[in-house]
Parts: sequence; C-alpha cells; structure tokens
Amino acid sequence: MKLPDSDDTTGAVAPAVAAQGRAGILRRLLRNPVAVTCLVLLALISLASLFAPLLTSQDPARSSLTDSLAPMSGKHPLGGDGVGRDVLARLLYGGRTSLLGALLAVAVAVVIGVPAGLVAGYYRKWFDAVSSWVSNLLMAVPAIIVLLVVMSAVGQNTYLAMAVFGVLMSPGVFRLIRASVISVREELYVDAARVSGLTDARIIRRHILPVVQAPTIIQAAQMLGLGIVIQSGLEFLGLGSATQASWGSMLNDAFGNIYTKPELMVWPGLALAVTVAAFGLLGNALRDALDGTAVTGRKPSRGATTRKPGAEKKAPPVISEAQDTDDALLVLEGLTVSYPTAQGEKTVVDGVCLTVRRGEVLGLVGESGSGKSQTAFAILGLLPREAQVATTRLEFDGTELGRLGRAAMNRYRGHRIAYVPQEPMSNLDPSFRIGAQLVEPVRRHLGLSAAEARTKTLGLLERVGISDPERVFRAYPHQISGGMAQRVLIAGAVSCEPDLLIADEPTTALDVTVQAEVLDLMRSLQSERNMGVILVTHDFGVVADLCDRVTVMQTGAVVESAPVDQLFADPQHPYTRMLLASTLEDAEPRSALSLSRTVSASAAGAVGIAGTTDPAGVTNSAGITNTGRQEGPA
Amino acid sequence: MTGTSNGTMNGTPRKERPAEPLLVAEDLVVEYPSKGWRKPPFRVLKGVSISIGAGETLGLVGESGSGKTTLGRAVLGLAPIASGTVRFDGKVISGLGAKERRALSSDIQVVFQDPYTSLNPAMTVNDILSEPLRVAGTPRAEAEKRVRDLLDHVRLPADAGERLPREFSGGQRQRIAIARALSRDPRVIVCDEPVSALDLSTQARVLDLFVEIQERTGVAYLFVTHDLSVVRHISHRVAVMRGGEIIETGDAATVTTAPQHPYTQRLLLAAPVPDPQRQAERRAERRRLAAVLAAGTSTEVPTNASMSGDRA
Repeated sequence: MKLPDSDDTTGAVAPAVAAQGRAGILRRLLRNPVAVTCLVLLALISLASLFAPLLTSQDPARSSLTDSLAPMSGKHPLGGDGVGRDVLARLLYGGRTSLLGALLAVAVAVVIGVPAGLVAGYYRKWFDAVSSWVSNLLMAVPAIIVLLVVMSAVGQNTYLAMAVFGVLMSPGVFRLIRASVISVREELYVDAARVSGLTDARIIRRHILPVVQAPTIIQAAQMLGLGIVIQSGLEFLGLGSATQASWGSMLNDAFGNIYTKPELMVWPGLALAVTVAAFGLLGNALRDALDGTAVTGRKPSRGATTRKPGAEKKAPPVISEAQDTDDALLVLEGLTVSYPTAQGEKTVVDGVCLTVRRGEVLGLVGESGSGKSQTAFAILGLLPREAQVATTRLEFDGTELGRLGRAAMNRYRGHRIAYVPQEPMSNLDPSFRIGAQLVEPVRRHLGLSAAEARTKTLGLLERVGISDPERVFRAYPHQISGGMAQRVLIAGAVSCEPDLLIADEPTTALDVTVQAEVLDLMRSLQSERNMGVILVTHDFGVVADLCDRVTVMQTGAVVESAPVDQLFADPQHPYTRMLLASTLEDAEPRSALSLSRTVSASAAGAVGIAGTTDPAGVTNSAGITNTGRQEGPA
Repeated sequence: MTGTSNGTMNGTPRKERPAEPLLVAEDLVVEYPSKGWRKPPFRVLKGVSISIGAGETLGLVGESGSGKTTLGRAVLGLAPIASGTVRFDGKVISGLGAKERRALSSDIQVVFQDPYTSLNPAMTVNDILSEPLRVAGTPRAEAEKRVRDLLDHVRLPADAGERLPREFSGGQRQRIAIARALSRDPRVIVCDEPVSALDLSTQARVLDLFVEIQERTGVAYLFVTHDLSVVRHISHRVAVMRGGEIIETGDAATVTTAPQHPYTQRLLLAAPVPDPQRQAERRAERRRLAAVLAAGTSTEVPTNASMSGDRA
C-alpha cells in the first residue's frame, strides 16, 4: 500500500512560530509595561539602598536633639525624625534592612522548600510522607507568635527573625514544588527519559527543574513582598534591632509623632507600599509571561487547523444524488464557522451543505481538523460564544433554526434534536445520581409528573440494554462503566422522542466489543423510532455499519456526499479514495518474519511461547538478525 | 549494534545452553498496591509469558484493562514485577538495579501512545534526539550528525531539529518519538499504541515507517494496540490479552483471520469493516456467535455488563 506523502512528512510549519515563545519569558516580560515599571522601581530602590553612603552623608543612627522633627532643609532633605535622625538617610539605609531581610527569608524558604519538594515529589515513599507531615505541622503553627517567641528568646535580631520566618514559609514552596514535580513525573517524556538511560539526577535537572523553575520564581516574588511586610510589622512593634535603621522602625517613630508631624508617615509608608506592590505586580506579570508559554505548548484544539489559502487545488465536491429537499428533516446550506485569532480570522467550516431525511442515518466523516464536529455543534447551536457562525439556510422540519433565540432553541434542543457525545463519562454530572439526570429533561420537555418520568426513564434504561435499571437509576456516574455510561446517555438522548439525533464520535472512547453493542443499540433505536441521525465519525467501519448516506469533509469543506454503497464501491473524490486506501482492514497480514520465507515456519516455532522453543528455529532467526542488522544505518 | 559481533554468522548460539529468543517474559506477575489499609495488591498481570525473536514483531492486542500496556511497561522496567522473569539476550533483566537497568537503554527502547506528552515541550527536537546519545557519551559533533541521519530516516526535514515539538502535527511528533527510540540502535522497541492517536491516513504512513525501519535495521517490536487491523498490518505474530492473561497466540494471519479462542473471535467480529455488505455479514456472524455463547454454558459474562468501578 503506497500512500501519497502529504504535509505530514514535509513539515510545513511557519518558522516564525519557532523563534517566538522560546526567545523567551524575558522578552515577553519586557513587553509588559507593568512589569517594566516594577522592574525599574525595584532596581532604583535596590540601588538607592546599596549606594546609600554615596547618596547621603548623614549617619542614619546619629540623633541630635536640635534636629528633632526638623523641617526639610539642605542638611536634612526630608527633615528629621522624633529624635533628630535624618529621615532620608534612614529611608535609604532602612531599605537595606528591609530588602536584605526579605531576601534572606525567601532564600531560606527556597533552599529548604525546593530540594525537599523535588525529592518528595520524585521519589515519594517515606520521605514524601515524613516531609509532608512536617510541612503540614509548620503550616499549622501561627507564624507571628513563633517570631515573637524567637525574638524574645534570642534577642532582637532582625535577620535571625527573618531566617525563622523563611523556615515558616518553606512549606508553601515545598507544597508547590512537590505538586508540580508529581504532575510532571507522570508525563510520558519523563518515562521516555528513564528508558533512554538518564540518571535520576539528570532527569531532575533536564526535565523537572525547568518546569518547577517558573512557579518558584513567581512564588519567590510574592514572598519577597510578604517578607517585607512581616519584617516591617515586627520593626513597627519595636521588636527589631534598635541600632539598625529600617522602614518599620521609621513607621514606629512616625506613629509616635503622628499629631505633631504626620508627614513622617509618608516616606516609609510610600517606600513600603511601592516595594511590596512592585513585587506583587511583578509576580503577576511573571505568571502571565510564563502562562503564555504554557498556553501555546498545549495541543491545538480539535478542528483548529489553519488552512493554507490556495496551498492545494481542491477538486470540487462530488455530490452524487439529487438535491431533493422536499422530505428533508434537516437542511443545512452554506454553513461557515470562523474564530478570531491573533493572525486574523480562521475559518474552520467553509460553506458546508448537508441534508438529513427522516429516518436516515447520515455519516459525517473526516480527519481531525476537517470541521465535522464544528458542523455538528453549529446545528445544535452549541458553539462557543466567540465563534462566528453564518448559514444561508438551517431548516429543521420546516422551521428556520438560524433565527431562533436562545429560549426557542432550547425547546428544540434535547427535545426534538438530541445529542450523544464522545466522552460519556465527562457528560454525566458526577455529583448527581443517574436517575435524577435522566428524569429532569423528561419532566421539563414532556411535562410529566415525577412518578411518570421515573417509570418512563426506567423503561428507557431497560430498552438500552441495561439489565438492572433500578440499580443504575440510583447509581452515581463513577459507579458504572464507560460502555454503560454511553447507554445511559443514549437513553437520555432518545427520552423525549427526538426526530434528529446528533452523535459525535459516540463510540470512539469505547472498547471495540462495547462499540459493536452500542452501534447495535443505535441501529435498533433508529429504526424503531424512525429518527434522522447525524453520525460524526472518523471510522469508515462505523460508517459501513450504520449509515445510509455519507458526507466526507476535508479542512472545513464537503468533498463528497453519496449513498453508502456507492461511496465505498466507487469513491469519486481523490481525498475519499485516499482515506479509504488508508484503512488497514484489507491489508495483507504480515507473514511470520518476512525476511526469509524458507525459515518462516521454523522461526515461528522458535519464537513461540517460551518453553516451546526448538533450537533449530533459533539458528535461523539468529541468522536473520545478523543479515538484518548488517544493513543497518550505522 | 551490540551483541551481534560475537559470532552469530552461522547461527551458533554464543553459549552452550540452547539459545532462546531475544526477549522472553516468563510467568510475569505485576501487582500495584491497592488503596486502603491491608487490602491485597491489585494484580494486573497474572502470569504472562511471551517471547520475541530478533527482527520480529509481536503484536499484543487487548481491550482496556487487559494489561497489555502494563506488559510493555514491565519489559521497560517501569512496572513493579512481583514474580516471574524478563530475559533479554539470555540475561535476566527483571529486578535489576537502577545502574544495570540504565545500561540496557541502548538495547530496549520505547515509543509511547500520546505524541503530545511523550516529548518534552520545552526542548528542541535536536535536544530531544541527542539526549540519549549524550548520555551514552557520544561526542557532540558525532551526536549532531547522528541526529541529522535520524531525522532523515523518519523523513522529517533537516531543519526540524531547531524547532519545538508543538510546531509539529501528531504524525510528525510520532516520527520524532520514533527517531528518539532509534537513536542508539536498539534491538527491541516497545511500541505502546503508537498510532492510536493519529488520523487514519497518518496512521497508515507511520505504520509503513515502522515496517520499513524494521526491514532496514532488524529491530524487534513489541507492538501494543487495541486495533486488530493495525496488528495484522505490522505483526509477524500476535498475542491476545484479556484480564491480565494471554488467551491466544499465533501467527498474525491465523489470529487475525481465523482465531480459535471465542474471545478473539468476538473481538474480530466486533471490529467493523469499511464495506457495507461485508459489515452486514460480519454483524450477522457476531450475533450468531453471541447467541451461541448465550445459549451455551454462559460462563462468558460480557465484561461491560458488570456493574462495578473497575474502570476507575
């Protein structure tokens, strides 16, 4: 079987995307004006504190009674405080205390929290249990009381207090790191790295640390702000070192003179507010910058393929039947769905037309990105808000649905147009019993009493092949299997006797034996109730099993529409032919070790279940190995 | 290319005892600890034996919960083996220490199901492909050359190396994952549903690539999948799993066209064929078999009809 090499192998990706994103968090951060402002402010504050001796000749600790509450002057640019110390000098030197103290606290928290989190998250077992227990204990301890006790016990040392505060903050870091490590560890690429023979240390360094880095930096920025607040609080209470200038002690002094010289509050208050706010906003900006990478790193949503304009010459759609819409249940003409993106509008469905007659099963087939699900959701009116939908005609049983309001549409949805989803489990609410979820729409749409609705629902559950309907009626969704959940959803879909059933890959998530049963069920319900069905699928086997007519879609447009027998026997469009050629159903089975026909029989014996090995066969299979590998690439 | 040098030209076993297939699992039992205190562990594999010869593909088919993925992970050393052994090239490799296990990484490799999570999103394709080589001590220049060769082998453009995984489609990513598995010339690759996440046409092309690589390099595949038609296309032999046990093995043609075990028959008949007439026949056949089973001793309880939380 030879297939045309399509874009899968040519790697048609805009290289511009490559540069963006990797070039980094830093660049994205610098494009954010808030982040730049914060960075500049913090840099100024740090530099001013660092070079305090150059900026002022005054000693922050020297008090002179003559300068007590001195006004602004050449000697004291910001005046003097209650005991005649220079306010500017204290502000500059105080920045050192505040920033260093906060840095120390954060450093301690990170140094304890990150390694502990890495080890606990990566290796789990006893270390995880013990460290989590300790961390919970630390989080339960009231931080401010511990700090007061420490300071009263070992004396008024600001830095020691901040180191202790760092220990108290470390559980936050620990838990964050541990959680991120645990989630990364489950990723298949970490398994692949283990299989590649990387040591644990190397896996942690290459694959886990980079993931943990981002949340740590954000957390650190937030903690710096917190550290400064706590430290100032302690100083304000008069618990800091008496000789060291700090913003907190300045506030303390200013508070004492609040009636005589209230403006003393302004300078330390301003310094604190600006610094703490800058750290907080910087943390947010960092998070946004990092989120940018996270978002673009996710897998593209289904159906969101960009179409290359004019990249391929499409053969016109092949519609092999009379477009007779007289007995049609649903007529859709000229459906276009597009989404606004950063690169302009992206059209995912482009001029789709289809018709479903009463009692007819229409298969809507295509690969991912063909727009088949988008088409189904557009008929249901369930596309996301940002989608721009346009139709020239969307007529259901003689009513134009395109112009209906939400309330009017709700009378159709679930009642006359029903829906069966792909993922049965995520479409049942885990917090309600199955019975309640089935009864509600029946009561609403058919106006039955509770008892009538219950009887009807139980009957339906029995009808969809559930052997103990009473039990399933009372069960919660997690108590039933995936196949049974799909039966429940089908029961729900047909409960209001719809005329049209839209099933979006209803069996894709199911095992093949369960799929066969669910398809049987859908077939019998369909013929029993004479429903029109739109079956969205990518599986031509399912199409062959259930459908009367097939519409094939490619990149948002219909390429072929034909009765099922005709489509399989004589596909007209090259894309349909390519898809049908890709099915493996009729492929020749590989014979046992095709490299050498003559040895195949004995080789098959040699590689039989262990224990039944016969040495003669091994000779041959080993010989094959050798020839095979000599042709290898290396 | 380790191990092929010591005189297998005429097929002589390298040791005195009778040689055995390249990879052998014997009575493999894998258990995961249950949640809850003093509950017995959950047994995923219940004494499974398989063997794969050099250059051979063993297809492993089963439905969800059959233990087929766990068997692959046990071979890779990623699942806790409670008893039984895995032997590679005559040496026992189950229960090895971390260091010995790492030494095996040049011989046994993996391609996972989900091409979206099996590649580190933060690393360029070059970094992803050269990592296993650098671990093995390959000099940088040589590794770079090898990466270019690998990209060529899996038919990706040479400039693919500079890009990040997210810039590729699912099929292309799976090619990158295959290139990574090939980077150190392994002798066995465990393929865990490598085409299940791909579109139909992409799937066929990736399978052709698998076959082509095997014919060129003589690598053996343990090919785990739920899809009988995929297995038929790629396997020399097929093993069918159910409930942690292997219920049928045989060459691919027999198992996928004329299976012996009723469960395999059920599996085969349940898979719809893309041909309306033949599918109608197959459907009738399936119903007939179901009727026979139901009328018979009826020990065959369909798993999906049981009300339990075993699918959690």
